[in-house]
Amino acid sequence: MRGFMKNKAFEKKLKELKRLAAEEHMGVFEELSRIETKYLGNGRQGNAWERVELARNSSRPTSLDYIEMLFDDFLELKGDRSSGDDPAMIGGIGFFSGRAVTVVGHQKGRNLKENLYRNYGMANPEGYRKALRLIKEAEKFGRPVITFIDTPGAYPGLSSEERGIGEAIARNLKELSRVSVPIICIIIGEGGSGGALGIGVGDEVYMLENAVYSVITPEGCASILLRDASKAKLAAELMKMTASDLLDLGVISGIIPEGPGGAHESPEATAANIRILLERRIDYLTRRNSSRLVSDRSARLLSMGSIAGRSGEAFSILQKEKGGILNRFFGRKKR
Amino acid sequence: MKFLDAFKGLFSPGKGSDKRKNRVEQKPSGGEKSGAVRDERSFVENQHSCPSCHLHIELADLKKNLFVCPGCGHHFSVTAWERIEMLADPDSFRESDDVLETADPLAFPGYAEKLTASRQKAKMNEAIVTGVCSVNSRELALGVMSFSFMGGSMGAVVGEKIVRLCSVAVQRQIPLLLFTASGGARMQEGIISLMQMARTSHAAALLEEKGLPFFIVLTHPTTGGVTASFAMLGNVILAEPGALIGFAGPRVIESTIRQKLPEGFQRAEFQEQKGFVDRVCPRSKLRKTITLLIDAHRPYDLSRQSG
Repeated sequence: MRGFMKNKAFEKKLKELKRLAAEEHMGVFEELSRIETKYLGNGRQGNAWERVELARNSSRPTSLDYIEMLFDDFLELKGDRSSGDDPAMIGGIGFFSGRAVTVVGHQKGRNLKENLYRNYGMANPEGYRKALRLIKEAEKFGRPVITFIDTPGAYPGLSSEERGIGEAIARNLKELSRVSVPIICIIIGEGGSGGALGIGVGDEVYMLENAVYSVITPEGCASILLRDASKAKLAAELMKMTASDLLDLGVISGIIPEGPGGAHESPEATAANIRILLERRIDYLTRRNSSRLVSDRSARLLSMGSIAGRSGEAFSILQKEKGGILNRFFGRKKR
Repeated sequence: MKFLDAFKGLFSPGKGSDKRKNRVEQKPSGGEKSGAVRDERSFVENQHSCPSCHLHIELADLKKNLFVCPGCGHHFSVTAWERIEMLADPDSFRESDDVLETADPLAFPGYAEKLTASRQKAKMNEAIVTGVCSVNSRELALGVMSFSFMGGSMGAVVGEKIVRLCSVAVQRQIPLLLFTASGGARMQEGIISLMQMARTSHAAALLEEKGLPFFIVLTHPTTGGVTASFAMLGNVILAEPGALIGFAGPRVIESTIRQKLPEGFQRAEFQEQKGFVDRVCPRSKLRKTITLLIDAHRPYDLSRQSG
């Protein structure tokens, strides 16, 4: 116990130093990061940039790879019934341990040719609308939904703007928050901003050990906030985008360990870990009463951000209201 | 915020401030202005002409005309407080949640200082002002975002204030109107800022479930995470003429497709033509339009709140 406390104090001091160093001296910051990894690193505190590189590794299993390993008789279903089909977003129905489920996910390519077809996993509005259509279908027929998130972001192109990429994502966020069947989201690689969130609203959100999830790429953050594009490594650290960071921030429900060497080296072992988790969680969530499911999801979404922070008065103001917010919408009935 | 770089040079985000009045009854005068508001105003003050069409005009006349150029119809940027004054019945606005402060969840270097500076300059607690007011005697929950407070970026507090405002609309059974102006998510709050997209969109879903109308007025500029969340979820979406509205900023798109964007791309009129905005509504008609919308969305007796 004493050792643990000591470790905590050390960790705290180190964090403080790192924060100071980040403002003053990049070299010192990097040195401190190395010390942190060496002395505190229990595998969970790896260098953020290494995780970013791992998450982007082109030989990491993609959504379709996991689908192949996890679901029986997967049948891909295409199109948004409005303007087209988007190969950067795939979806369909399949069976998981004998139960019919709906699966949607971003789809990256393995090589240049595939990536040109899949648009590097950057979905257009059709992709988000297709995903919503399939999830709505799942709701009608009582199938649980599993989403695989793996995208650098939604596609920032001319035609995607013309067809309303903002509206498509916004609609998904709104609709997914009220769907009456369980939704489990798993970030398998890159969780890039709004493009990831567009299929990332659910009852439980998990991340693979080496996945990352952030509001902007570290490169983008570096060039805008730090005014130096070469500081991407520093930005990755500052933005707290690794699985363990996000667990600490209360944004995700848990971390799924990858097989030895990472998912790209042990895809099967990684898929097996996902299977164990899904078996438990799908079972649990489908047994829940659907109105309870939806109101719990509601509470979870509304409390996002209230969890923020260090100490201080501001924190307590937000915290005090945490339980109250939902009551404001639904009256004072017992929760 | 993600696409803020697209606006470099046009504005000076983060360094700015709106002027602040606690209540609208304190008449706006002088005060510190920033970014586009300051630049445009000082142009008119010094050149006595519209920066867009160069028509001769004085600042006082411009103000009388709701900060719209009588010549070319250019809509000048206005502060959140000016917007409230132009829309709400005199003295009717009551601000809420003006003490909330972010907890700086990532302990991002320099963020706390930047916020303190913005807050002191702006005398606003965050990038949105929320409260309840009346418009032509009709009660309304009103939120106005301010681009000059750190680029109107959405962090935990902006999200919190919007969620709370939605809850006020539900409790008081009144419509909700939001003016948007934002560069997107607040990067300094990392993933927490991204979560505000889900959170505010969910609040919009709850409003809908409770049968309450939700109106949006998109103002210049509205991009990034705000466009991809509550801004696109209004039952009726209005936009100010010429406002830039999009998900990705123009520079990001240009660097992706490696070609110049067509004239008028992502402007309010473009979004209207593409079907994502119900109406482009000039400032002069806004009060009337909002009144009409409130009346048209009432399931209950019209006489209940009028007079």
